Amino acid sequence: MYLLLAAQSIDLGPVQPLLFYGLALLLAISAWSVVLSDNIVRMAVFLLLALGAVAGLYFMLAAEFLAAVQLIVYAGGTLILIVFGVMLTSKNPFLQFRVKLWERMVALALALTICGFLIFALVKTPLGGNGPLAPEAGYEQVQEIGKSLLSTYLVPFEVAAVLLLVVMIGAAYMARRRAQ
Amino acid sequence: MFEIGIMHFVVLSVVVFAAGICTLLTKRNAIGILIGIELIMNAAGINFVAYNRYVWGGGEAGSLIDGQIFTIFIIVLAAAEAAIALAIFLNFYNTFSSIDVERADEMKG
Repeated sequence: MYLLLAAQSIDLGPVQPLLFYGLALLLAISAWSVVLSDNIVRMAVFLLLALGAVAGLYFMLAAEFLAAVQLIVYAGGTLILIVFGVMLTSKNPFLQFRVKLWERMVALALALTICGFLIFALVKTPLGGNGPLAPEAGYEQVQEIGKSLLSTYLVPFEVAAVLLLVVMIGAAYMARRRAQ
Repeated sequence: MFEIGIMHFVVLSVVVFAAGICTLLTKRNAIGILIGIELIMNAAGINFVAYNRYVWGGGEAGSLIDGQIFTIFIIVLAAAEAAIALAIFLNFYNTFSSIDVERADEMKG
């Protein structure tokens, strides 16, 4: 709770670049380790590190509710689901697939090209940020998110609720054990 | 000089996005492809939250958190997509005894 309050109200000052570069390094290294690793279990662990680093970035960006949601839903839910999937779909958990070298090279070249073009476009574009916002006294972020989910974003909220119901029934139906 | 601006976050998300694309293209394990999609969705989420922080719009309080709401929906969609994809992979594994996407080249109604 103290951490949540601190992220919102206290300016991190000189620690901020240090924190950002630490989290960015963790995120970039674990994201690219996912690419380079051939072992599906290791990929899941690197994904967990990457998701944790993203949650840290959300804290830095003063989105503490979102950071908590990221940790609970992604790191706690989706990742467990993926690990369950790994366990259910491989008799040998260290199952490996051979990928040809030229396939890797083509994928890497494509990814680096996309990366280069996007960074080039970003450098050329004036992003026009007006600086981080200092919230005024009495501004409660979670309260605002709740209000806005039930007013401005009511329709997407309800559609997401129906979607989750459909997904729950559909997944349970598809993954059931068939009577043979 | 060391001031962290929006450019830092957007460039970081480009790096994560490229890693996601690369994972998507090189993995033959279907769950590996799913992990690549999760990376791409996280890159999009970082972008939304960074813009929400640095390029906020208007004066009304509601518009201060638009980007965060979008990211919440991204997380919801990612969770739904992972559940459905894993159910499909489980069916696929039960049928073909493999999770190699190269073997998923025939359909049967």
